[in-house]
Amino acid sequence: MLNGSPKEVAEGIAVEELIETLELSAEQVAVEVNGGLVARAERATCQLKENDVVELVTLVGGG
Amino acid sequence: MEDNLNDPTQDAPLILGEHTLNSRLLVGTGKYASFEETSAALDISGTDCVTVAVRRVNLDATKGPSLLEHIDRERYVILPNTAGCFDAESAVRTCVLSRDLLGTKLVKLEVLGDKTTLLPDPVGTLEATEELVSQGFDVMVYCSDDPRMCVRLAELGATAVMPAGSPIGSGQGILNPNAIRIILELVETCPVIVDAGVGKASDVCSAFELGVEGVLLNSAIALAKEPLRMAAAMRDAASAGRQTYLAGPIPKRLYANASSPTEGMIAGTSIA
Repeated sequence: MLNGSPKEVAEGIAVEELIETLELSAEQVAVEVNGGLVARAERATCQLKENDVVELVTLVGGG
Repeated sequence: MEDNLNDPTQDAPLILGEHTLNSRLLVGTGKYASFEETSAALDISGTDCVTVAVRRVNLDATKGPSLLEHIDRERYVILPNTAGCFDAESAVRTCVLSRDLLGTKLVKLEVLGDKTTLLPDPVGTLEATEELVSQGFDVMVYCSDDPRMCVRLAELGATAVMPAGSPIGSGQGILNPNAIRIILELVETCPVIVDAGVGKASDVCSAFELGVEGVLLNSAIALAKEPLRMAAAMRDAASAGRQTYLAGPIPKRLYANASSPTEGMIAGTSIA
């Protein structure tokens, strides 16, 4: 699951590659997998597996 | 520098964790018509600190400029909030994500009770504050104007307590100035900032006249008919209110007290 919707990705894809595939700015997103932060330093080594729940967030206007 | 030392209108900066702010107005970035308008309003308001929200990346949207490209991080301290969180766990997760995004530990905690009132949930707010402080965050806490709640948050190590003047986005102003007064007397270890409810410049001014260290607002500027003009009004109101507080207003009295000398009146004009 990616941001609440089902998403097919290559088995074992690293979080860093996922961000690249989605053409997102690596600096402007934060990543959570199964409720836990994937810190910037871990993105290259954190590999996704089936049924992982991924959240990709950024900053938006707010008060 | 010497001139500055002798400036009778100078003010101390507002210290929030590791940040030093010269403006005591904190301004939100939500609800503007465009990023350009956001950027212009922030500029005119004179703020040094702007709030933002953490949300899912919109994967369907056509790639366009992001808010971050319109906020100069050299100029503004970015204060990520936990708006929309209704329990402590979600709020803490949001803060962990924002710290990773920004590389800073300053956060604005909101743990809300329900979607209609957006009033803070006191128990969830206390739980989240305790957890975030233990994880090393500098936590600015949105809360109700309950003096004892503010004391408890300060005791937990909040970086600022931020009682609502009235419900978020309501424009009702400071509904209970006496509660704010009591909070200011009881909370000694961190700044008290009025967060939410401001509608007009006079609301900002009166909050500062009470002695609060800062005011945080968003809708009052963003949803005004002319946001940029309102940004100027809020900037000036913050200055006027703060200077009034520092200057020490005269006590109110029932009867008049002549400003002109009562001696030396010409013949036949003086009342016995």
